[in-house]
Amino acid sequence: MSDIADRVKKIVVEHLGVDEGKITEGASFIDDLGADSLDTVELVMAFEEEFGIEIPDDAAENIQTFGDAVKFISEAA
Amino acid sequence: MRRVVVTGLGMVTPLACGVEETWERLLAGQSGAGPITRFDASHLATTYACEVPRGDGTDGSFNPDNWMEAKEARKVDEFILYGMAAAIQAVRDSGWMPQDEESRSRTGVMIGSGIGGLSAIADTAVLLKERGPRRVSPFFIPSALINLVSGQVSIRYGFKGPNHAVVTACSTGAHAIGDAARLIQWGDADVMVAGGAESPISEIGIAGFNACKALSTKRADDPKAASRPYDADRDGFVMGEGAGVVVLEEYEHAKARGAKIYAEVLGYGMSGDAYHITAPSEDGDGALRSMKAAVARAGLDAAQIDYINAHGTSTMADVIELAAVERLLGEGASKATMSSTKSAIGHLLGAAGAVEAIFSILAIRDQIAPPTLNLDDPAVQTPIDLAPNAARKRDIRIALSNSFGFGGTNASLILGEVDAG
Repeated sequence: MSDIADRVKKIVVEHLGVDEGKITEGASFIDDLGADSLDTVELVMAFEEEFGIEIPDDAAENIQTFGDAVKFISEAA
Repeated sequence: MRRVVVTGLGMVTPLACGVEETWERLLAGQSGAGPITRFDASHLATTYACEVPRGDGTDGSFNPDNWMEAKEARKVDEFILYGMAAAIQAVRDSGWMPQDEESRSRTGVMIGSGIGGLSAIADTAVLLKERGPRRVSPFFIPSALINLVSGQVSIRYGFKGPNHAVVTACSTGAHAIGDAARLIQWGDADVMVAGGAESPISEIGIAGFNACKALSTKRADDPKAASRPYDADRDGFVMGEGAGVVVLEEYEHAKARGAKIYAEVLGYGMSGDAYHITAPSEDGDGALRSMKAAVARAGLDAAQIDYINAHGTSTMADVIELAAVERLLGEGASKATMSSTKSAIGHLLGAAGAVEAIFSILAIRDQIAPPTLNLDDPAVQTPIDLAPNAARKRDIRIALSNSFGFGGTNASLILGEVDAG
């Protein structure tokens, strides 16, 4: 697994308190990992902080799964 | 009018996390004061406070992980964490857990705070200034809002009745218990989880109270001697932190389920000083009217009061309250015991009234008045026994607990053995 995916996974584990095993590529933050809408806002902020990027609001809305996050960050970073 | 009794107790104080742990240490004359460890306070006028002891949860220490999941605790300011811990203790102690929708809708929460998420606001203001609005957490507002203790408790337990929060500075805890009791009396709820929570030991909190000349500053060499209500050498209050929460219940409701009943809320009185933003009126008029209103509501004669848990902050205002209590009790003054437990735990601001109401209830249960520590050289002579430096074993059937707050807001609660009134 890529370094980016590992770092994203670590953030998700920290913020949502879920088992690492549940974080599969297609896992939805809200439907599968127990996040609410505020958690997703905070997750996006944590990604921005970790990778030194800016994720605009319209892009953030499309980041719904772990795979979406890794893909967006890989392209932006 | 429906009668209201207390069926559950919970607290987090600078002496311990837990009601019995705190009570035992209070009666033993221990103090929760010490140098501030939470942040570097060396540049402030006051460098000591009464901090809640942190630890792994054993021996009365407070372990946040025992009360909220780490991922949830991260989203709340400390006052909410303390409030949750006290509320969970109180609910467990009461044994009340509604099993149907009707019972849930008849169970409410009213836990207030004097200032709420002061640290969260201060830290976020710095973050905003240094790094801009995009770094402000989505949890900032719900971590700092005062009514979010009540909100969090209701969400945890599914209590769907009245959800409310009192904000009356240092009278908050007493007002919350009194107002919640009224909701039960009026039939808005059958059970209310009520109290106060506060976490003011932060750089901005200490600096702010230093600026209004409210805090003790001259006992850095001996913090445990700093809170000394009624003593001639007192020089301001010592900041505390924590939470106190009770479960209030309609009397027949409590009896029907065989609940353990600690005490009855016999009376509740309120008044406003209409005098000054931080100082009480010098004639003690506001305090006296608050106490009189509570006595009248209880249908008692003031001389029947055995124990008074004073507001007694270790400031110049102590003797104003004392004189007002003497006037209230009249001939009964020489038979009453009054103590300030702030001598041991400091001033818990919005939590103080709730924690002190619980101490009053325990004084009734165990027939013992907790001591006023550090009372070595009384500033004034009084016929009232102030329980200096040692707990006082005595008959206690009826107790009065006073709380007075900035802005001139006063609240008095009268608690008694069931059928004492």
